[in-house]
Amino acid sequence: MTAHPVSRAFPNPYDVQPPEGCADYAEMYPYYLRFNEALRTGDEDRFWFFNGMHFPEPVFPFDIITADSPYMALGQINTRIFAVPPALGIEHRVLNGYVYISSNSVLDPEEIGRRAQLFLPRAGYYYRNWDELYARWIVKVEAAIHELSALEVPQLPEFEDESVVTDGVGFGSTYQLMVAYNRLLESIDLVWQYHFEFLNLGYAAYLTFTQVCRQHFPDITDQSMARMVGGVEVTTFRPDEELKKAAREAVRLGIGSRVEGGGTLEDLEGRVGSDDAGRNWMAQLRSVMDPWFYFSYGNGFYHHHRSWIDDPRLPVATIGSYVHRLTAGEDIARPVDEVRKERDRIAADYRGLLPDDDARQGFDEALGLARTVFPYVESHNFYVEHWYHTIFWNKVREFGALLSRFGFFDDADDVFYLQRNEVLDALTDLRIAWSAGSEPVGGRYWKPIVAHRKDLIERLKQWTPPPALGPAPDSVQEPMTIMLWGVTTEHVQSWLDGAGESTTRLKGFAGSPGIAEGRARIVLNLEDLDRLEDGEILVAPVTNPSWTPIFGRIAAAVSDIGGVMSHAAIVAREYGLPAVVGTGFATTVIKTGQRIRVDGGEGVVTILE
Amino acid sequence: MSETPLIARLDQIGSTDSDTVGGKCAGLGELIRAGIPVPPGFAVTTEAFRMHLLENDLSPRGLDSAAIRRGIEEAPVPAALVAAIIDAYAALQELTGGTPAVAVRSSAVGEDGRAASFAGQQETYLWVSGAQEVVAHVRRCWASLYTSQAVSYREHLGTDDVPAIGVGVQLMVDARVAGVMFTLDPVTGDRSQIAVNSAWGLGLAVANGEVTPDEFLVDKVIMEITRRRVTDKPFEYVAAGTGGVAREEVTDDRRSSSSLTDPELLALSGVGKRVEAHMGSAQDIEWAIDRRLPFPESLFVLQSRPETVWANKRAAAPAVPTASPVGSLTSMMRDMLRQPGATPRSDAPERPSSN
Repeated sequence: MTAHPVSRAFPNPYDVQPPEGCADYAEMYPYYLRFNEALRTGDEDRFWFFNGMHFPEPVFPFDIITADSPYMALGQINTRIFAVPPALGIEHRVLNGYVYISSNSVLDPEEIGRRAQLFLPRAGYYYRNWDELYARWIVKVEAAIHELSALEVPQLPEFEDESVVTDGVGFGSTYQLMVAYNRLLESIDLVWQYHFEFLNLGYAAYLTFTQVCRQHFPDITDQSMARMVGGVEVTTFRPDEELKKAAREAVRLGIGSRVEGGGTLEDLEGRVGSDDAGRNWMAQLRSVMDPWFYFSYGNGFYHHHRSWIDDPRLPVATIGSYVHRLTAGEDIARPVDEVRKERDRIAADYRGLLPDDDARQGFDEALGLARTVFPYVESHNFYVEHWYHTIFWNKVREFGALLSRFGFFDDADDVFYLQRNEVLDALTDLRIAWSAGSEPVGGRYWKPIVAHRKDLIERLKQWTPPPALGPAPDSVQEPMTIMLWGVTTEHVQSWLDGAGESTTRLKGFAGSPGIAEGRARIVLNLEDLDRLEDGEILVAPVTNPSWTPIFGRIAAAVSDIGGVMSHAAIVAREYGLPAVVGTGFATTVIKTGQRIRVDGGEGVVTILE
Repeated sequence: MSETPLIARLDQIGSTDSDTVGGKCAGLGELIRAGIPVPPGFAVTTEAFRMHLLENDLSPRGLDSAAIRRGIEEAPVPAALVAAIIDAYAALQELTGGTPAVAVRSSAVGEDGRAASFAGQQETYLWVSGAQEVVAHVRRCWASLYTSQAVSYREHLGTDDVPAIGVGVQLMVDARVAGVMFTLDPVTGDRSQIAVNSAWGLGLAVANGEVTPDEFLVDKVIMEITRRRVTDKPFEYVAAGTGGVAREEVTDDRRSSSSLTDPELLALSGVGKRVEAHMGSAQDIEWAIDRRLPFPESLFVLQSRPETVWANKRAAAPAVPTASPVGSLTSMMRDMLRQPGATPRSDAPERPSSN
């Protein structure tokens, strides 16, 4: 031990070597996302952390658009539109396929003051008109979703339709293909700008509430504060509510036993379709699938995160299990009233401990605003990451299918191994060849590249990304970093200490109160989710909103990544289940089948055997 | 006040009786009135002390404190009072069987309470068994009013009145674990927290500073444990067969484990909340869990006093770090919220839902 403090650091990104066989992996990503020599001076001195919450796996070349568009939109809102005084945007880089991020802050008080002059009236306008602007937001986003959904990918027929002539159109499919692809890219950019239109302001309002609470109650937990704003109807719960509704209706119609049994939508239809009651029930179910089945099994950030609508086996099985529980006399409703009553009691009790009217007024204002913004903070996720992204990825697949048809790929999904600008190149190749009546060169050019990149991605998957890069900060101050990713000063220290190896006790965030013991089920993918048994404790890198229905079957939830406002924590609180989030290492330390104890009030997971 | 009885059961008195039974006994009676579990017992009233002085023709004046004490301790306790104490002790015997051990404590009144407190001589005698022993210790409590410091303090105040004193007699709690709790965080003054200190055995080890107690913080709103620090507790005091106490080594398996289970801690905190609510201010509470009784009947409050350190300090809010990005943003936001019409109308958070 040295007497003077030595500043500790995570690996320097410029020293990190690519895994074997991956020397050229960086070519899968645009130059501006690499730790390249031109950026070394700045990048080397920054603290970067692994964004495993949104990008737990290596990112596919095309899929990086779901980092570029979001970070651009986030930064633009903070830096350019609202001039959030202390916070600019978030930088992102890709190292060995994994996304690392680093936030830009404003520290100069004079500059903060200058930005405040702009921020206060602008943010004030949004807060004052929140509900109205949010209503408009829903209209805008739904319009964007429908527009993308309706976007036709020109199929490059042998001969154009006669109407091109008789209507005097004057242009052909090559132009339309260009327009369609540009529309696709514009569309996701637009929707991600909408995504952040309210989000940062929402977090700022929530953060203000937490600071007001801490001023009076220095020991208050994050969870207590989160519970004071919970209990609201958010869109993310709607898909699960629809499954429950379908189950109740099936029981009412007396077709419950036929609904049970899982399988595909066709299997289900086969079982219930033998009479009018069953056929009507099925028609009703199909009518709610748009949009409520546009719910990703993952977080929506990867093209392979398919949705219920793509593979309805989970919702079909869930309806069946709800029927089963209803038949057994169980109550399957979310404890909304209890959560809400508890929310109001907690707020009233803390308020009752405040010293005077002034303090109570400040508390009421901050809580009122936090509650106003909260529904957006959670609901936006369904619209953008689930509904929109489901349609977006499938639309990209249509372009992939077109390229495939012209021999570029063996499979439509190979398109995701091309960067978006490379897809533009491929489409240009195709447009030129098709118009010239010749063969595109693309097949010979891209197939080996795709094959190589498939190998790269598989190899990069085997690499374990360090939790952070660069010099460790003395303290973590950036609000989003703490609230959403759960990266705190304490966590950074524990990463440096290499905590998590051969331990039986994991510390995370107290996500949702209560204590539960049970067998752990590590869920890394959809197949693991299928194996989950009732009463087990879900242990996952992150939990996704579309897993909501399984919260009715598990005893508790544990995640590697996420803060108190992460989806796992929010959903667990609404379902009245204990949850510990942001443990860092739960999925590597805990094994399926082990008995574990989850203390959601303290944020501790203990391995009992 | 000539009608004042010599003895009063603790569950028959309350805070308004402090003139006749002293502050400590009145406080215990008040706790019982609020439904707080307090060891059963009785108060020997101020009238009993007056009777003792009168019947023995004692006039405790002047500065010779030792002579005054000797006078009080050597004079026979009036027969009527002895009989009353025997009756009251017998009532306790009925609760426990055998010859129960009791605590005998001074319970001074008003200004004299301050004098006694100043002198640090609010005597308490623990593990007293048998009615005659109780009588003897009651007399020693009376005498403890006349330490040299207390006498000079009264002289300094220029008061020549005979001080009033009551004595409390309560069943001993044979503590398996004991400690104190504050109904706020004594470090930050956070009123939403209950701070509990606990260690194995009788409360002495902690009071004497021989053992660093386990420390817990419980959020009284959500009733969750927000902080815990379990210490190494090498010693504990236990009741010795002779009626005294013995210091013993704690066995290895217990010394580093938590002296309170979570259910005990939460039950204790619940009691703390109720005491605070009834008393109307933050409290400093002594408690113990009896080894002979099943939980939760084993949990007792031994004493509760208003918390004094933070009581007058007006919620001196800890500085919000405005130099940080978070601090500067949120302080601006708060200024903004202060402007009229800054926020949309929303559900008034203070209005709990009615169903």
